[in-house]
Amino acid sequence: MLASRIRSQRSYRSNFAFDLASSGFVGLIELAEVWLLFHQVTVLGGLTFQQVLLVFGIADLCNAVADLFVGHCDTLPTYVRAGTLDVFYLRPQPLLLQLMTSDISLRRLTRAGVALASLLIGLSINDIHWSVGAVGLLVLTIVSAVAIFAAMYVWAAGVQFFLIQGAEFTNAFVYGGRYAATQPAAVWSTPLKVLFGFVFPMALSAYVPALRLLGLPGPAGLPTWLAWCTPLAALWIWGFALLMWRLGVRHYQGGGG
Amino acid sequence: MRAAGLESPSLLRRARAGGAARAYLRLFVAGFREQAAYQLAMFGGLVANVTFGFLKVAMLFATVRAAGGTVQGYDIGAMSAYIWISQGMLGSINLNGRIDLADRIKTGDVAVDFLRPINVQLATVATEAGKAVFALIPRGVPSVAIGALVVGMSAPGTAAPYLLGAVSLLIGITVSFSTVYLVAVVGFWLIETRGIQIFYMVISGFFAGLYVPISLFPTWLLVVAQATPFPSMMMYPIDVLTGRVTGAASYGLVCAQLGWLAVTLLAGHLLTVAGRRKLEVQGG
Repeated sequence: MLASRIRSQRSYRSNFAFDLASSGFVGLIELAEVWLLFHQVTVLGGLTFQQVLLVFGIADLCNAVADLFVGHCDTLPTYVRAGTLDVFYLRPQPLLLQLMTSDISLRRLTRAGVALASLLIGLSINDIHWSVGAVGLLVLTIVSAVAIFAAMYVWAAGVQFFLIQGAEFTNAFVYGGRYAATQPAAVWSTPLKVLFGFVFPMALSAYVPALRLLGLPGPAGLPTWLAWCTPLAALWIWGFALLMWRLGVRHYQGGGG
Repeated sequence: MRAAGLESPSLLRRARAGGAARAYLRLFVAGFREQAAYQLAMFGGLVANVTFGFLKVAMLFATVRAAGGTVQGYDIGAMSAYIWISQGMLGSINLNGRIDLADRIKTGDVAVDFLRPINVQLATVATEAGKAVFALIPRGVPSVAIGALVVGMSAPGTAAPYLLGAVSLLIGITVSFSTVYLVAVVGFWLIETRGIQIFYMVISGFFAGLYVPISLFPTWLLVVAQATPFPSMMMYPIDVLTGRVTGAASYGLVCAQLGWLAVTLLAGHLLTVAGRRKLEVQGG
C-alpha cells in the first residue's frame, strides 16, 4: 500500500521536483529566521548560534519525519466535509492507519534533509564529550521526539471531528509547538514552560537533550536530567493523542453518504 | 434634446462607473458578512495568534535584552507593538497564497464569472478584502488588546500615526489580495498553481516581516525584501501604525504601498485579459 502511494507521487515528475525544492526552501527559511536573531546578538537564551543548530536540527528533523507519516492528518476536516471519510470506514483496516498512509508526502524529505544537515553541523562543530551515554541519549531523543511530534498531529486530528472549522485552534499547538521546539526554552515565561515544557513536551524533544549533550546547565524548571525522560514524555502525549482520537471517532456521525 | 444629453458618452460612463463602484462596495460588504459565519474559526485563529505572540515575545524580547536594550531601534515596548500588531494582522493579510479563484480557474467555472457584467479581478479583490477587514474585529483587535494588557507595548501619542496607519493597513490588505490574485491567474496557463502558491507562502511571510522585523535583516536581504510587494502588506502598515516611521518618511511608505498596489493590479488586469483570451480559445 505504501509503495503504491510512493509510486503515485513520482508519476508527475516536474511537479514532484518543484514540491521537493519548495519543501527544502521552507526548511531553509525556518533556519534563516533563527539565524536572523543571532545576526543581531551572539548569545540567546544561553546558547550560541552553533549550539542552537543542534536544537533546530533535532527538532526540525524529528518533526519533518513525523510530518512525513502523519502530518496530513490535519486534512481530516476536508475529508469530513466532503463526506469521503466514510469510504475509509468501509475498508477492513484501522481508520488511523489508513489515514496515516493515505498521503505519505515524499516532498517533506527535503525539509528533513535541511534539518539533518543542521543537526550534523551542530554535532560536529560543538564541543560534545562523546561516550556510549551520549550516543544513547541522541538515539533515544530522536526516536522519542519523532513519536512526540507524531502524537501532536494525531490528537489535533481527533479534535478536528469536533471543530471542523476550527483547525487553527489546534494549529496553535501543533505548529506553535513545532516553532517552540526549535527555541532555547530558557527565554520562555513560566506559562510557556508549563504549556510547551510539560503539557506538550516540546522543550524535552530537542532543547533539554541538546543541553545535556553540550554539558550546559538547564534553566529554572528544566533540569537536564529530564533529557532522559523524553520516552516518558512521548508516552504521555501518545496517551493523550489516542484518547482525543477515540473521542473524535466516537463523536463522528458520518457524512450521510 | 434632453434625452440625447443623458446618453452622451461621458455621462453614461460616469453613471456606469458609479454603479460599478457600488457593486464592488456590495461585494466588499458581502465578503465582510460571509466571514461573520465562521465564529469558531475566528476564535481558533485568535488562539493561534496569541500563542505565537507569546512565543515571539519570549524570543524577540530575549534578543532585545541580549543586545543591551535596543536592537535596530526597537526597545521592548516597540518590539511588543510590532509582535502584537503583526499577529493581529495575520488573519487579514493573505500570506498563504490560497484563494478560491484558483480552483474556479482550474475547473473552468471562471468562465461563468466572465459572463457577469462585472470585472472579475476587482470583484475578487473587493470580496477578499471585505473578508479580511472583518477578520480585524474578532482576530486583529483582540490580539493587540491581549498584547497591550498582558505584555504592554508602546504606542504613539499623536493622532497622525493612527489615521495614516489605518489607511496604510487597508492598502496593505488590498495589496496582499491583488498579489495573490496574480498567483491564481497564472493558472490560466499552468492549470495547477500549487507550486507557485507554496513558493508565495514561503516567501511572503518572511519578506512581509512576519517572523522578525525586516530592519533586522542584513542590508543585502533588506534590499531584496524592499524590491518585492511583501513589506507593503504587513511591515509598512506596522511601521506607520506604531510611529516607528513618521512625517514625510511615513507618507513615503504609503506611496510605496500605492505603487505596489498599482503594479499588481495592472499586472493582474493584463494577465486576466490574456488569460480570458486563452480560455475562449480552449472553449472553457
